[in-house]
Amino acid sequence: MEKVLEMKGICKSFPGVKALSDVNFSLNPGEIHALMGENGAGKSTLIKVLTGVYSKDEGEIILDGKAVSIGSPQDAQNKGISTVYQEITLCPNLTVAENMYIGRDKKVIQNWKKMNEGANWMLKNLDIPATATQQLGDCSLAVQQMVAIARAVDMDCKVLILDEPTSSLDEQEVEKLFKLMRDLKAKGVGIIFVTHFLEQVYEVCDKITVLRDGKFVGEYTVAECPRVQLVSKMLGKEFDDLAEIKENKVEEDVDIDAYVFEAEGLTSDQGIAPFDFTISKGEVNGFTGLLGSGRSECVRAIFGADRVTGGTVKVNGKTVKINKPIDAMRNGIAYLPEDRKGDGIVGELSVRENIILALQVMKGFFKPFSKAEANKFADEYIKLLGIKTASADTPIKSLSGGNQQKCIVARWLLTHPQYLILDEPTRGIDVGTKVDIQKLVLKLASEGVAVTFISSETDEMLRTCSRLVVMRDRKVVGELKGADLNQNKIMSTIAGGDEGGEN
Amino acid sequence: MEKTKFQVKDLFKNQFMIPLAALLALVLFNLIMDPSFFAITFSPNAQGTMVFGGQLVTIIDYGSELALLAMGMALVTAASGGQDISVGAGIAVSGSLILRVLCGGNSRPESLQAPIFVAVLCGILAAMAIGAFNGMLVAYFKIQPMVATLIMFTAGRSIASWFNNNELPVLTDPAFGYAGNTIPGCPIPSPVLIAILCMIIMALILKFTNLKLYVQAAGINERSARLNGLNPTVIKFATYVILGVFVGIAGFIKVSRLSTINYTSIAKDIEMDAILAVALGGNPLGGGKFSIAASVIGAYVIQFLTQTLYKFDVSSAALPAYKAVVVIILVVASAPAVREWFQSKFKKIKSNDKKEVA
Repeated sequence: MEKVLEMKGICKSFPGVKALSDVNFSLNPGEIHALMGENGAGKSTLIKVLTGVYSKDEGEIILDGKAVSIGSPQDAQNKGISTVYQEITLCPNLTVAENMYIGRDKKVIQNWKKMNEGANWMLKNLDIPATATQQLGDCSLAVQQMVAIARAVDMDCKVLILDEPTSSLDEQEVEKLFKLMRDLKAKGVGIIFVTHFLEQVYEVCDKITVLRDGKFVGEYTVAECPRVQLVSKMLGKEFDDLAEIKENKVEEDVDIDAYVFEAEGLTSDQGIAPFDFTISKGEVNGFTGLLGSGRSECVRAIFGADRVTGGTVKVNGKTVKINKPIDAMRNGIAYLPEDRKGDGIVGELSVRENIILALQVMKGFFKPFSKAEANKFADEYIKLLGIKTASADTPIKSLSGGNQQKCIVARWLLTHPQYLILDEPTRGIDVGTKVDIQKLVLKLASEGVAVTFISSETDEMLRTCSRLVVMRDRKVVGELKGADLNQNKIMSTIAGGDEGGEN
Repeated sequence: MEKTKFQVKDLFKNQFMIPLAALLALVLFNLIMDPSFFAITFSPNAQGTMVFGGQLVTIIDYGSELALLAMGMALVTAASGGQDISVGAGIAVSGSLILRVLCGGNSRPESLQAPIFVAVLCGILAAMAIGAFNGMLVAYFKIQPMVATLIMFTAGRSIASWFNNNELPVLTDPAFGYAGNTIPGCPIPSPVLIAILCMIIMALILKFTNLKLYVQAAGINERSARLNGLNPTVIKFATYVILGVFVGIAGFIKVSRLSTINYTSIAKDIEMDAILAVALGGNPLGGGKFSIAASVIGAYVIQFLTQTLYKFDVSSAALPAYKAVVVIILVVASAPAVREWFQSKFKKIKSNDKKEVA
């Protein structure tokens, strides 16, 4: 079959880093091709070279049998390469239709009616629950993502790049997206699918290309590369830590009397129903529920990140007031927020400043750390968590997602919290880092830290948590522990069916 | 950590590069046109004190107010992502209040009606109050800085003239002029000493507090700053009050220079120069990271430019046009897009060198 896209011997370096060296990639029409690799393996760089965001240093790109040079994202688009990025890059203040058509032609006069009709037809065709005249910002993240895909699809692309499109979608939405991808595949579109979710790769993809440390590891068909092998290829070593972690899980009963944190009737201005909650020393628990069920809002209320409107909280048995984050921090509570980019990192500041920020704020305005102290902290945690960065002075925004996340984890570990809240710490990061973080959680728990762990991946929660608080529609609807901790039970509790879960 | 080698292209990343290059260009221009520009004299002034003089000394002397404002403006810009355009009006208010306190209602007093330091304190407090007003609008009511400070920009000079019943008080006591001119026996103009003192205090504050980290964190990512226990609202507010302190001191120097005040012309357009100094210092005007030192250098570069234009007898009416031309060049040269272009150029030259060697 004639290949729609071929990339040969692509090299790209940045100051101090060789991001890609001699990478090959090829794509047939009507194929879904997964691009896999750890954070910093060079997936994003390769995509950016292909879409003209970066210029390649060496190598060639062959599109439809012709060597082409791609100068800009616009250029890539004109040549039939469309991209949907992980972070939504549309304009929330425009309507859905405007977002789908903006900047696509050089017409001065716009036929709004025709545009809206076209958009509506497309949305209906793709089964996207939005209308053309709706403001994009009013749609859920998932719908926004789908609109982005609709926009890309509508541009008659030959190559569609989906860069982590599923990281903010729930399972049903992912299903819809997969249906969409299969439809497109049937139409002969070549799809490059970048994701960290292994299950999803095996569900929709035909082929897998693995990158590691900017180098090409190999191209495999899905059939010839089972999961364990894929992981070991990505990590570059024989690896079965996923199983190992399970065995390490401590099944001891925690000391009930030693509540680190107790809440009664806690509620915030984010519309969650008042909830009671306790966590003991050395316990790992989790909040689970669908997106929007209020699990993040609950932990935000605990940390005082949203305005707390009611309830009492006790830390180590003493009643305290937590109205704002600094109150929680002084009580030994740490919170890693869900939205890394918006709530977590301080982009332009260095890795070092990002790591020491929380501890520095707790120490006080008039007591800055000396340069030597700050460097010591930063170097210690860069080493401890294996953060890949050129130096501690590098601005955090130039790190890959997983390494940014590790910096934020480092920030909170540095404050030596007695209660650590991790809200989606593993979203959008690679398998290796995910395992690292899970291991770290269990290690902290064994040292007596209470941990709340929230994740969209139920497996991960089952692996780490000994108790799960289940939420639905902004209410706590159940608590599972011991033998009840299994996929089926969680699903039925989330779904809210009867005990049998007939549905 | 291994030591990184010095590279020409790194120069273009450095914040200090543009203001220093501009300074160098101005120095070269003057050297070629008229080397006497750099002559420093040491001669007695009207009071008989031996003082330094010459164009360079004038630049450093008259650049003092601008340097003070640039420090405060850099903070305000970093924290709130906007600028305070009311500093000129603030100088008028604080200067006018200082004169009002010293005159005690009589526009031609025989003697000072209050101790100078009390008057100065009042002036600084008034400027801080204006800063607090601006800061409140920006931080608590979330009004765009340019719009919020437009209020005081418009009203400030009328408030200033109202303090003195629209009269122009003149002070005859020579002691009041010390701060704006020279202290008997000291060869260095006093504004320079005041500016240096303020810079030292600022440097100490930056060294011994977390001002820089807090302001930068709040300016870059407000939500993240809050989740790390900071209060971005208070931080923004505080930067406007700090700018107020500098405005008050600058107001004192301005009125001390003349021992009188002209409400409409005192510190006219100085806000634009102060904002320019911050921009020239390579600080992003949208907030975030900042360098006080680079802003101060930017301020002196602008004063250098003004003085050069005076030297070449550019009429005061034409001055802004000339300044604008130079400013366009400087600002374009310091724009990130242009800097990147330069960087890539140098990279190419370097790789060509390598090829030749090979």
